[in-house]
Amino acid sequence: MIIITIVLVLMVLAALWASLTTLLLRATIALALTSAMLAVVMYSLGATIAAVMELSVCAGLISVVFVSVISLTQRKPFKDYVTRRMSRMRRFWALPLVLVAIGVVLSFVHAPVQIALPLPGGDGDVRTVLWNLRQLDLFGQILILLAGVFGVLVLFKKDGPDGD
Amino acid sequence: MSHAILLLPFAALLVINLLPRSARSSAWIVAAGVFAVQTAAAILQPFGVVDWSFLRSFEKAVGFTLHADNLAVLLLLTAGIAGLASLLVGSAGIVQPRARFAFANLVLIALIGINGISMVRDLFSLYVFIEVTSVAAIILVALRDGTAAFEGAWKYLLLSSVASVFMLASVALFLLTAGGVSFDEAAAALAAPTPETWIAAALFVCGLFVKSAMVPFHGWLADAYSESTPAVSVFLAGIVTKASGIFALMRLAPAVLTTAGPGRMILLVAGAATAVAGAFLSLTQTDIKRMLAWSSVSQMGYIVMALGGQPALALAAAAVHFFNHTVSKAQLFANAAAVEAQLGTRDMDKMGGIAARMPVTGGTSAVATLSIAGLPPLAGFWSKLLIVIALWTAGQVVFAVIAVLTSLVTLAYFLSLQRKVFFGTLLPEWAEVREAGPAYLVPALALAAITVAVGLGFPFLLPILLGGGA
Repeated sequence: MIIITIVLVLMVLAALWASLTTLLLRATIALALTSAMLAVVMYSLGATIAAVMELSVCAGLISVVFVSVISLTQRKPFKDYVTRRMSRMRRFWALPLVLVAIGVVLSFVHAPVQIALPLPGGDGDVRTVLWNLRQLDLFGQILILLAGVFGVLVLFKKDGPDGD
Repeated sequence: MSHAILLLPFAALLVINLLPRSARSSAWIVAAGVFAVQTAAAILQPFGVVDWSFLRSFEKAVGFTLHADNLAVLLLLTAGIAGLASLLVGSAGIVQPRARFAFANLVLIALIGINGISMVRDLFSLYVFIEVTSVAAIILVALRDGTAAFEGAWKYLLLSSVASVFMLASVALFLLTAGGVSFDEAAAALAAPTPETWIAAALFVCGLFVKSAMVPFHGWLADAYSESTPAVSVFLAGIVTKASGIFALMRLAPAVLTTAGPGRMILLVAGAATAVAGAFLSLTQTDIKRMLAWSSVSQMGYIVMALGGQPALALAAAAVHFFNHTVSKAQLFANAAAVEAQLGTRDMDKMGGIAARMPVTGGTSAVATLSIAGLPPLAGFWSKLLIVIALWTAGQVVFAVIAVLTSLVTLAYFLSLQRKVFFGTLLPEWAEVREAGPAYLVPALALAAITVAVGLGFPFLLPILLGGGA
């Protein structure tokens, strides 16, 4: 339990770093760290497959995609970076304090929520769930990926005048 | 029918992406064909003209079940009509080949999402197809160059992500507490509610409120609607927001989420607040598309308010207003696209008297605005009358009065729009303006004709609606 609490705190810190940093590369690293911490929590709670997926896809694959896109961009001058960092710190300095305050308040609240945890559908095998029980949702996932491809084309590949 | 309607746009999507680059200009025609087939299938479905039994073995093979009931057919029909109008406006408005190709693909993806929303019977699948629709819609908003459209897409994305977190958390809670996520299992869990199931239901409703831009989650809608390409505005305002938020509420409110007691009051209060706030925000706008966007928020408030009305009438009232508002608002955005294309501005303070130069656009917009304001004998009059009766007979007199008074505000801002844009003295700078082309006029005329026809034929349609459970 202590380990999970420590990892959760680290996860929140990594997420804060990802939100507040003005450098895309650092944000990517912070996001990967957040995912890695989440994977540790999932593994500790017995969700092995979810932990592996989180680590390989969210912390691994997506970070690779982010880094490869960032490598195509140009870095702003150092002066701009400093100005942006100062501006962001002025705007969001209270965010960590608010998070800590919420954590302290919640630690005193003992919610009477007792959830029974029956294992959902089937024998819990992820392959059975994906291929036998949730084919329709898999179809939806494919569509979201396709939409994402068009998102990349629309947002990053411009070669003509205004789109309309 | 259900499987064919879901997979036809997917097949079209594959076909247009397999076309050689030189033939990609025909993607628009393929997409329009899909929307036309869907519209025809939805119109013919109640009459049982088409025999779908030849698909039975295929349906067994794919392994998932879908249900096309009357409510689903209503959404399929509405999506078909709004999509056709959007594609027609886009045929003139989107000229760059790559943008046209992306537009055709994205409206097809959004259509699959909408069709999925209409026919699934499972909270997780509902969430997945809402996401499909939303992701495609967000990218459609970003289709237009410039920071304003990007800002609109960004706001839509941010709030949509919040809604996704709400809905996914709700699905997880239902899975844990109800043992499953089918509508039946969720309904059974909510019939004997525990704190956890209440939280789950509240989270899902909050997610849908964000998606349908209900107060206080309405901030994203005006930017997304007004800053997108005109064809996308027609599609978003016509069907996307309604399908991913309002329709899902219509599907869940009576059957799954309890509409008795606190559940009904939440729908009434949220609906009334949204109807009133949207109407007053419309009053203050000078940008024609922003006014129409806030008007959409207001009318979606009406639909949600209707769901809190007398159970026998609530769904029928909501469904009729859903259809009427889609038709009229898609038409008004097509009119706004025509005005923007011919005048080069959306600022109503710079317009005046252009009905003299654009009589079809001016005339059809008068039909749509009067219908949404609820003037007889147009379609909007009947749906608003049904809403007021549903509220009154449920004993919700205060909300019935709010509905009537908000209609007056609706009439006020639409009369203001008509006076500023179309009527009054023709300003000299618009003396040479010409009527827009057929890409804008055909959808405007067709949609205005639907509004008039539904209005005049409504006494004959009502028994079918009430008998068929909408």
